[in-house]
Amino acid sequence: MLMREGEVRIPSGCAISGMISLDGSKQNGEDIMKSIAVMHDRSNGLGGGFAAYGIYPEFKNFYAFHVFYDSRRAKDEAENFINEHFEIASMSVMPTKTIKEITNEPMIWRYFLKPLVYKVERTQVDEDEFVFRCVMSINTKIDGAYVFSSGKDMGSFKAVGYPEDVGRFYRLDEYEGYSWTAHGRYPTNTPGWWGGAHPFSVLDTSVVHNGEISSYDANRRSIEMFGYKCTLLTDTEAIAYIVDYLVRKQGMTHEDAAHVMAAPFWSTIENMNEEEKEYYTYIRNAYASLLVTGPFSIIVGYKGGLMALNDRLKLRSMVIGQKGNKAYMASEESAIRIIEPELDKIWAPLGGEPVIFNVKGGVE
Amino acid sequence: MREFVSPQNFVPSDFEVVRNSDRCIACRVCERQCANEVHWYDSDLGKMISDETKCVNCHRCVSLCPTRALKIVKNNDTYRPSANWTGPVIDQLIRQSGTGGALLSSMGNPEKYPIYWDKMLINASQVTNPSIDPLREPMETRVFLGKKPDAIERDENGKVINNLDPQLKLDVPVMFSAMSYGAISYNAHKSLAMAAKELGTYYNTGEGGLHKDFYQYGPNTIVQVASGRFGVYKDYLEAGAAIEIKIGQGAKPGIGGHLPGQKVTVDVSQTRMIPMGSDAISPAPHHDIYSIEDLRQLVFTLKEATAYKKPVIVKVAAVHNVAAIASGIARGGADIIVIDGFRGGTGAAPTRIRDSVGIPIELALASVDQRLRDEGIRNHISLVVGGSIRNSADIVKAIALGADAVYIGTAALIALGCHQCRNCHGGKCNWGIATQRADLVKRLNPEIGAQRLVNLVTAWNNEIKEIMGGMGINSIESLRGNRLMLRGIGLTEKELEILGIKHAGE
Repeated sequence: MLMREGEVRIPSGCAISGMISLDGSKQNGEDIMKSIAVMHDRSNGLGGGFAAYGIYPEFKNFYAFHVFYDSRRAKDEAENFINEHFEIASMSVMPTKTIKEITNEPMIWRYFLKPLVYKVERTQVDEDEFVFRCVMSINTKIDGAYVFSSGKDMGSFKAVGYPEDVGRFYRLDEYEGYSWTAHGRYPTNTPGWWGGAHPFSVLDTSVVHNGEISSYDANRRSIEMFGYKCTLLTDTEAIAYIVDYLVRKQGMTHEDAAHVMAAPFWSTIENMNEEEKEYYTYIRNAYASLLVTGPFSIIVGYKGGLMALNDRLKLRSMVIGQKGNKAYMASEESAIRIIEPELDKIWAPLGGEPVIFNVKGGVE
Repeated sequence: MREFVSPQNFVPSDFEVVRNSDRCIACRVCERQCANEVHWYDSDLGKMISDETKCVNCHRCVSLCPTRALKIVKNNDTYRPSANWTGPVIDQLIRQSGTGGALLSSMGNPEKYPIYWDKMLINASQVTNPSIDPLREPMETRVFLGKKPDAIERDENGKVINNLDPQLKLDVPVMFSAMSYGAISYNAHKSLAMAAKELGTYYNTGEGGLHKDFYQYGPNTIVQVASGRFGVYKDYLEAGAAIEIKIGQGAKPGIGGHLPGQKVTVDVSQTRMIPMGSDAISPAPHHDIYSIEDLRQLVFTLKEATAYKKPVIVKVAAVHNVAAIASGIARGGADIIVIDGFRGGTGAAPTRIRDSVGIPIELALASVDQRLRDEGIRNHISLVVGGSIRNSADIVKAIALGADAVYIGTAALIALGCHQCRNCHGGKCNWGIATQRADLVKRLNPEIGAQRLVNLVTAWNNEIKEIMGGMGINSIESLRGNRLMLRGIGLTEKELEILGIKHAGE
C-alpha cells in the first residue's frame, strides 16, 4: 500500500510564483492563477496551492484557521479542542466550486478565532505562541484533522491537482489580497493527500518551495528541538518552521533568516570587511544546524511582505521583475511576462541573495 | 639461546619468523632494529637466528630488511581445536596460572564484536537533487565546537552582538585524541603538534602534562586534566586552546592509568611534575568528583582559572547509561563532550577490562545525540566521538549520526608508523612511538611524522568532500545529524531504532 505523506518522505520538483503590490493595493487571484498556469509542465497534477495576504479585512484581528477533515469524528474532536481554547467569531464550510479536475476532497472548514485570554495567560506565552501550540496539538494529536492555515488576515488554499484548477476550486477570483504566492507540485510519488501540497504555513508565515534539500534531516532534527513537529516530512514544512523560529522566536529580520539558511561560503566571508565578517561568522556558527543545502528556491510570505531566496549555489531558477508598484517573482520569466509583459526591470538574483519586498508604510 | 621455561608455563609463540636463507645476507639490520631481541647472528653457524617467542609482530624488521628476506606468519601450532577453549583462552589461562597477575594489553579491543560503521551505508543524489562536484564548487568542512546561544542579542543600533561562548575552530572535522607524553614519545607528540598546526585542528596532551618545548603549539593544543592531575598548573591551563577533563577512556572505562617508572625519564618527570623513575598512577575516579555536581564545580573552577576564555571539554567512556551522563555533563556547564567507544586505544589496560567493558561508539553516539535533542539541549554542547574511527567513511557516518567532529588516536599512530603489535605496555616500541628509550625515540622523525599525519587527514578530508558532494551537501553542518543519509544493512529492528536510521531498501 502506498504510504501517505508524513509516513514517507517524497521528493518533489516544482514551480513557484509570487506577486506583491508595494502600495498595498489589492487585486483578486486571477493574475496569480494565470502566472502559475504558464508553468503547467513544471507540475504533474499532484499538488497545487496559493497563499494570499490581506484577504480577510473584516476579520483581520482573528486567526483564520483553514482545516482539512478526513471524518466527522475528526471534525468533532477538533472542534471540541477549538471550543476549549478559542472564542469562535465565525465558522463555515470553505467556499469551493465543484469542478471535474478536483476530486476526492476532504471536508474543508474555515474558522475565525481569538484565543481565550485566561488560557493564554495560564500558558505564560504570547498569543502567537499559544495559537502555534494549538495548531501543533491538533495536527499531531487528532487523527484526520489538519490545520493548513492559521495566520491573521491571510490564508493558504491547497489541494491535489494542477494549481490553476486548485485556484478555480477555491474560487480565488473572489478574494482580494495585496500579495499572492502560488505553487505547482511535481512529487516523485503519488501521495494523494491534500496536506502535502504547498504552501506550507504556520501563523502568518507561508512558504512555497521548489527543490529538494539535502540538509533535510539535519534541519528537521534541529528544529524539532524547539517545539516544532515535522509531520509531513517535506522540505517546505521544515523551511517554514525555520523561518518562523528565526523570525518570530529569535527576533531576526527576514534578511538575517535568509543569511542563516543560505549562508555565504567561508571563502566569501573571509574576503568581507571586518564588520561583515564578524556578523556572518557569528550567524553561520551560532545557527549552523539551520543552514539549508541542496537546491531550493522559495518565496516566503509574511504580513506585509514577500521574500524570494535561492540556495547558495543557485541550483533552482528564480527570476524577479518589477513594474511600478508591483513586484513579481517566479521560477520562470514567462510566468511574470504573462501578467506584465512590459517590466521596468527584470533580473535573476544570485544564490543566497534574498530579495525582499515590503508594502510601503507597512500593513495594519 | 632459549631461556628455561617450565613446561606448564610454556606458551607457544603467536608468530613465526620466516627467513628466506637464499635472500638473507646476514647484514644484521633486523638484529639492530629489534628491541625485543628476536634476532641474533650465530657466528658458529654463520647465519641469523631468531627466537619467535619474543616477537610481537611489529613488522619493523620486515619493513627494513634490505633483501626482503623476512616475513612474520601466524604460528599454526595448535591445541586440540575447540570453539570454546580456544588457543588464546588457554594461553591466557596458562600465563595467569604462572604469574598470578592480571593480564595487560595495549591498543583497542580486538575481539569480534559488531562494527556498526560497516553496517551502515551512505546515500547519494540521483535526479531530484544534483550531486555537487567538489573540484568545481566550494565544499566546506570547517566546524566550530562549543556552546551555541539560545537567542540573538542586538546592541542599541540593532547590530547583532557576538554572544558566543568560546569556540574551537577546526578546518577539518578531525582532531588527534589524547595520548600522553610518557605513554608516547617526545617525537610522537611533536609530530602530532606540528600536524595539528598545519591542518588547522588540535591535538591533545593526554594526562601527562605539556613538554616545555611544545608550549609554542598552544593554539592547536587541548590540555587534559585527568584524575592524576599530572603537570597541571596555571601556565599549562593557559597554554591550550581548550581544557579537557578526562573522566574515562573507552579502552578502560572505570579505571585509572599506570605509567611504569621505567618510562618516567628526566623529561617525563619534569613534564608530569613527579619524581623520576616513580610510577605515575592515575586514580580510577577524580577524587574531587564523586557526582555530577562535583563535575560542574571542576568545570567552573577551570573556567574561572582561565577567565572563561577557553571551552571546557568533558571526556567519558561509552558505557551503558552514557546518554543520561551526557545530559548531565551538558547541564554541568561543559562546552564539548567527548565520547570514547570501547574500541578506543590505550597504552596499557587490563585485558579483561579492555575486552569486556563499554559499548560500541556508534550506538553511544546515536543515543547521546538523540537524548540531547529530546531534552532540547543539543545546541548547548558539541559532540566529539572517538574510539576506532578508521577511515573517512566512518567519519561521514559519525557526523550523519550526530557528531560534530571526531578524534583519531590509533589511526594517527598508524600514520606515524605503528603496526598495531599492541605491545605499547612493554615500552620497547620499535617505531619510536610508545617508548621513552632514546635510541628508539629517535627512529621517529617528527617532520616526516607530521607530514604523514597531514597527508592522512588531508586525504580523508578530500574523501569526505567527495562523499558529501555525492549527497548534494556542500557544508558539513548540513550533514550533522542528517540520519536520513544513512541506511542500515543486516541490522535488527532494535539496532535500527537505537541508531535512528532506516534499513536499506526502506
